[in-house]
Amino acid sequence: MNQTARPSSKQFVFSECPGSACLRYTIGKMIDITIVGAGVVGSLIARNLSQYRVSVLVLEKENDVGDVTSMANSAIVHSGYDPVPGSKKALYNVEGNAMYPALCRELDVPFGQVGSLTVALTEAQVDVLNVLQKRARENGVDTSILSADEVKAMEPNISPEVKGALLCPSAGIVNPFTLTSHAMENAIDNGVSLHLGEKVVDIQRIGDHFTVKTDRKNYESRIVINCAGLYSEEIAKLIEPIDWKILPRKGEYYVLDHYAPGLVNHILFPLPSEKGKGVLVTMTTSGNYLVGPSSELTPDKEDFSTDSLTLEAVKEQAAMMVPKIPFREQIRVFSGVRATPSTHDFIIEPSKKYQEFINVAGIESPGLVSSPSIAMHVVDDLVAPILKLAKNPSFGPEVRKYINPQMMSLEERNELIKKDPRFGQIICNCEKVSLGEIMDILSRSLPCRTIKALKKRSRAGFGKCQGGFCQSSVLLLLAEYYHVSPLDVLYDKNGSQILCKESK
Amino acid sequence: MMVGKDLLIIGGGSAGMAAAVAAYDRGVKDILIVEKGPFLGGILNQCIHNGFGLQEFNEELTGPEFLTRFVHQVEDRKIAYKLNSYVSDISPDKVVTYCNMVDGYVEVKAKAIILATGCYERNAGAIGIPGDRPSGIITAGQAQLYLNEYGYMVGKRVFILGSGDIGLIMARRMSLEGAKVLGAAEIMPYSNGLNRNLVQCLQDFGIPLYLSHTVSKVVGKSHLEKVEISEVDEKLQIIPGTSTSFDVDTLLLSIGLVPYNDLLIKLGLPPSRTKGANVNEHMETDIDGIFSCGNVLHVHDLVDNVVAEAKLAGVSAALYLGGNLPRHNEVIACLPGDGIGYVVPEEIDRANADDTIQVKFRVKKPSHDVFIEYRFNNEIIKRIYKTAIVPSEMEVDNIPKKILKNNQGTITISLKQREVK
Repeated sequence: MNQTARPSSKQFVFSECPGSACLRYTIGKMIDITIVGAGVVGSLIARNLSQYRVSVLVLEKENDVGDVTSMANSAIVHSGYDPVPGSKKALYNVEGNAMYPALCRELDVPFGQVGSLTVALTEAQVDVLNVLQKRARENGVDTSILSADEVKAMEPNISPEVKGALLCPSAGIVNPFTLTSHAMENAIDNGVSLHLGEKVVDIQRIGDHFTVKTDRKNYESRIVINCAGLYSEEIAKLIEPIDWKILPRKGEYYVLDHYAPGLVNHILFPLPSEKGKGVLVTMTTSGNYLVGPSSELTPDKEDFSTDSLTLEAVKEQAAMMVPKIPFREQIRVFSGVRATPSTHDFIIEPSKKYQEFINVAGIESPGLVSSPSIAMHVVDDLVAPILKLAKNPSFGPEVRKYINPQMMSLEERNELIKKDPRFGQIICNCEKVSLGEIMDILSRSLPCRTIKALKKRSRAGFGKCQGGFCQSSVLLLLAEYYHVSPLDVLYDKNGSQILCKESK
Repeated sequence: MMVGKDLLIIGGGSAGMAAAVAAYDRGVKDILIVEKGPFLGGILNQCIHNGFGLQEFNEELTGPEFLTRFVHQVEDRKIAYKLNSYVSDISPDKVVTYCNMVDGYVEVKAKAIILATGCYERNAGAIGIPGDRPSGIITAGQAQLYLNEYGYMVGKRVFILGSGDIGLIMARRMSLEGAKVLGAAEIMPYSNGLNRNLVQCLQDFGIPLYLSHTVSKVVGKSHLEKVEISEVDEKLQIIPGTSTSFDVDTLLLSIGLVPYNDLLIKLGLPPSRTKGANVNEHMETDIDGIFSCGNVLHVHDLVDNVVAEAKLAGVSAALYLGGNLPRHNEVIACLPGDGIGYVVPEEIDRANADDTIQVKFRVKKPSHDVFIEYRFNNEIIKRIYKTAIVPSEMEVDNIPKKILKNNQGTITISLKQREVK
């Protein structure tokens, strides 16, 4: 054996792993709907379709759902004051925002309607607030304009330069990782099939259906929904020439530890520009703080790198709004790449040639907030007219409740530990994640085979030590649960093993 | 359920065990050590190299040998301990909540508490290493855990960022396991490791140390493929055009240790210069009866120093429990002056203090031909000449109580260059 090469990445066959719903029809049989991409949009569409008696297959090239743009963003449920009135962005944003409270209850996803403040730092900017409020009114969003004193009372750490702000009470924060994974879990519980680590390489129209070719096999499907995010352009072009493009736009962020509450009490935005909503300062549903993003076009859809100069600029811009951000509490920097459409608006429409091929593309900000509404309209307006949708009588809209001992009283925790002692064993010190919670996640229908997938679901490794203490335990738990060698456990993508060989 | 304890010690590493033994030997019998890991001994379990115990036992031991001696001392005294037990909460009135699989969540009302929770490693997230986010970027201590406790190597071609001791020791350890270590980059113009480790772990293995260099870029979509290092200027800013690349699958980080101070935050105690607690000469924090020692107070380079400090905390806890450690209103502040990074303790209660008061400090940068100057209320009370002094080695010194003429004021410790005539 060649001792110098890394061990070849042992490809997990996700569809055959325990807990994963395997295809419920035999090969060769027609699939009703194939969804390409399991980001937040694909996952919510799959969940919506699972209300009906249709066969649904989701193909995801990454080793986890929500592993690209849905994972690395501002995690904001925007109010909808900002998009151009009449645009799809405006429509879906405002409608999606209203769907969030019920959606997050059903899917057991952390969500907080904390409200946003768009901050004016000069008198000239105060005039812009009035323009924004007018736009908000057109979009049907409730807002109010606050004086400098009112803002200072609500946000003690705001810049003394503040001249006023636009308050949007309906804006909120959400956990984008579990929104996507719980949506897909619920879809699988209701009969949807998910294949992770399987990349679509070609799609052809044959007779009255499509043949979807992946790097593993071929599928026949009546309808294809393209939710491929950054790669939606490539997927759309498999069918016909298109007149739009995805222009990847990168945003870099800082994550600060949850050292103390009250740095900010709302989502704080500067005034928006043509480059986007600007550098925001917000808390997250986990009590961390997020500062960013930058906004720069990148030619490379796989460029998730960060660089010091860009991040320094983010720091400076944020400091104009909140001068004393404790960047010493930084626990991570990251970048996300947004699927910005050349059309400046979401592309949600059938292809020109086939109404059975539906593009859901260019879902950049406010994509996260819009996703529930997009999912609803795709099913109701674009799928329903071409496929008879009979109700799935066994559909349940809720995921099995997630157990969070940290939200319980000590008595309740002890009751729980009596039933299952694993909830008394803490694996992640920084985020207080117990073995019981991790095993609960592993036992669910949605596969969770990588260290990063488990991190996104459980928060183990998200804290200030960044997995320094718990990653080894998590790695061994994954190896044991899935009966693989620790050498084969992946951090995320194929080839991302942590360990390379046994010691001498 | 709420149980009572005279002394609760959080952390069963070298500090927690040494403190427990010292308190026990001073008459405290009702002690409980709460340890999060599956064994007593903490980080020493993975430190299989030697070099421990020269001061404590007058011989050179490995980490496991060193900790085993303390485990025996704990067990000989039948001091109670809980393993796999995580402290989830602590309050200023000394109620500590811990949990494990057997007992569930238990609240302990303690009369005294010693915080001995150790430290964690600074990581890629904290310094925001520029470039991609591949796997293969790992803290040296984590790589040490995988290798020494689980028997797995994390990589075959290795570069090291930082010159902290764990990184240096892992350079040797991984070389002995057949890995190729291509070099180590240190952003400062001097090394942050102990000299013996520089010689034994880098020089003896022919591994170059690049001073005033840092990693300017990491490259790799799924696993690390390449690191790029660049020279930095006096302001530690990267000098463009000075980069060199290394094809490696692993970047080990040895960029510092930080006290794991979550419990301090819960107690409402502001972190000190070291990110640990502010303590007085008895290792007592600003809350009566809560003490702190070891790496959660300030990061030590030698476990022997940790043990000495922990014993002081244990003895102090015994004094406190016996009612022999009253608080006085008058305290002397003990502060770092020019050239000094931090001082422990930052407060001295002269009326309570022993005849000699131990102070520990680190200089900010390597210096030659200097005096360490102690001033009390601006008057020089002590001067020590040093031919050389480095930040990687903690200084330990004693101040005789009698030279402090009154009970209040400020001691300042500074570094002064010797005047050349």
